[in-house]
Amino acid sequence: MYPRSGLPTTGRQLPRWLAPALGAGALIFSVAAIVDGLWILGPTAEQGDYSKLIVVHPAVATMAYVAFGVTALASLAYLWPRTRRREWDQMAGASAEVGVVFSVLTLITGSIWGRPVWGVWWTWDARLTATALLLALFLGYLALRRIPAEEVVRGRRCAVAALIAVLDVPVDHFATTWWQTLHQGSSINVLQPTKHLDLSYNIGLLLGFVAMACAYGWLVIHRYRVEQLEARYEREGLTLALDARRAEGGLPAADRVGASA
Amino acid sequence: MWRDAVLVAGKDLRIEVRSRVATNQVAPFAFLVLVLFAFALDNNRAVLTQAASGLYWVAVLFSALLAVQRSAAIEAADGARDQLRLSGLDPAGIFLGKAAAVAAELIALEVLLAAGVVILYNATIGGVVLVVLTNLLATAGLAAAGTLYGSLAAGLKVRETLLPLLLLPVAAPLLLAATEAWQAALAGRPGDGTQWLNLLAVFAVVYLTFGVLAFGSLLEES
Repeated sequence: MYPRSGLPTTGRQLPRWLAPALGAGALIFSVAAIVDGLWILGPTAEQGDYSKLIVVHPAVATMAYVAFGVTALASLAYLWPRTRRREWDQMAGASAEVGVVFSVLTLITGSIWGRPVWGVWWTWDARLTATALLLALFLGYLALRRIPAEEVVRGRRCAVAALIAVLDVPVDHFATTWWQTLHQGSSINVLQPTKHLDLSYNIGLLLGFVAMACAYGWLVIHRYRVEQLEARYEREGLTLALDARRAEGGLPAADRVGASA
Repeated sequence: MWRDAVLVAGKDLRIEVRSRVATNQVAPFAFLVLVLFAFALDNNRAVLTQAASGLYWVAVLFSALLAVQRSAAIEAADGARDQLRLSGLDPAGIFLGKAAAVAAELIALEVLLAAGVVILYNATIGGVVLVVLTNLLATAGLAAAGTLYGSLAAGLKVRETLLPLLLLPVAAPLLLAATEAWQAALAGRPGDGTQWLNLLAVFAVVYLTFGVLAFGSLLEES
């Protein structure tokens, strides 16, 4: 059985320098990507200046996949009895929230790109539909995370929900291969980078990826810390409130050990 | 596992037969949805006939929400969930049993709704084999996903609002595939519908497998 106060924790903290380093990286590479996209990259014959959206759109979409993948892995670690720690649940929640932000950005940047190129803001092709579904699935997951329930109950249900939701990620990724879609197939070829794109576009793409990866890491770390603080507040909130009331009445604070037992 | 599944399915269906919630509330609700669609589309027979397959599966989906909610509610009262947990039954068997009971209710509802679509929307069902296969596969998938999500939302204060939010996006591919398969059957081109059967089969297998693996984890909590 678990103590009422919640799950066992590792007690380990992330290194302090990591968040500032990732934040700085996100800022620097974002500026570089913006400069590259707006002033250095030239227009293409097929899509003109709209092609430059390749710096942003694939990067945010990939980071959404990464975020949901991390959520699934953390959920798996949480469900596995040997590795069950509160931190995995918090990491899963933090990554899912950031993933939802990146999913929304994917849909927005995709729509901005689709309007001039396809003539519509939205079309019901497999890629777009799967992305919208992915967003809806993880919005449901986030709603489940907010339910008023015991930490252990909530954590376990959320972990199962995350593992179901993540099944849509491969469907979304391979949608352009499995079905005929208005959305183009993959322009990125890791083994032959210049197969579909010029070197300058590959550099822009890389800058976008690094910037978004840093931004993802930075956001997740901050969200993870907020999750930890929220969990701590949930555990200690009542004791703190009692102490505050006692202080108002001029009484000393209650014995912490006795109060938390 | 299979013996436990039969036991649980029998228990759930016995409760339904005795309480008559499915016949007195869920079935009339499903019929009402069909009628409301007709009102919304202004009794335009041509449009109704054209959209019959989609309207049919939306009605099935809404009814499934009620059936799943009902299936989860059975275990919520009087600590039945804890008793089920302590009964020593295989969690996978419990999952399969509950899913089978929901599937049986849904099949009965689908037959009624199909009759409603034929009578009210003037639809002609061409490929009977395709329709039967579509309904069997879609019902298996819907019952499995529904039971899994019903269990995720069970016992929570916000379960009524949470369940649709969780289940409807998951059921969207099923709705799409079943509608397309039915469209082919109604149009008298059963060959066009077979590819959608594959998607329905994958959906059913994935959620049945996931439910069998994960249900124990959900049951042993609290």
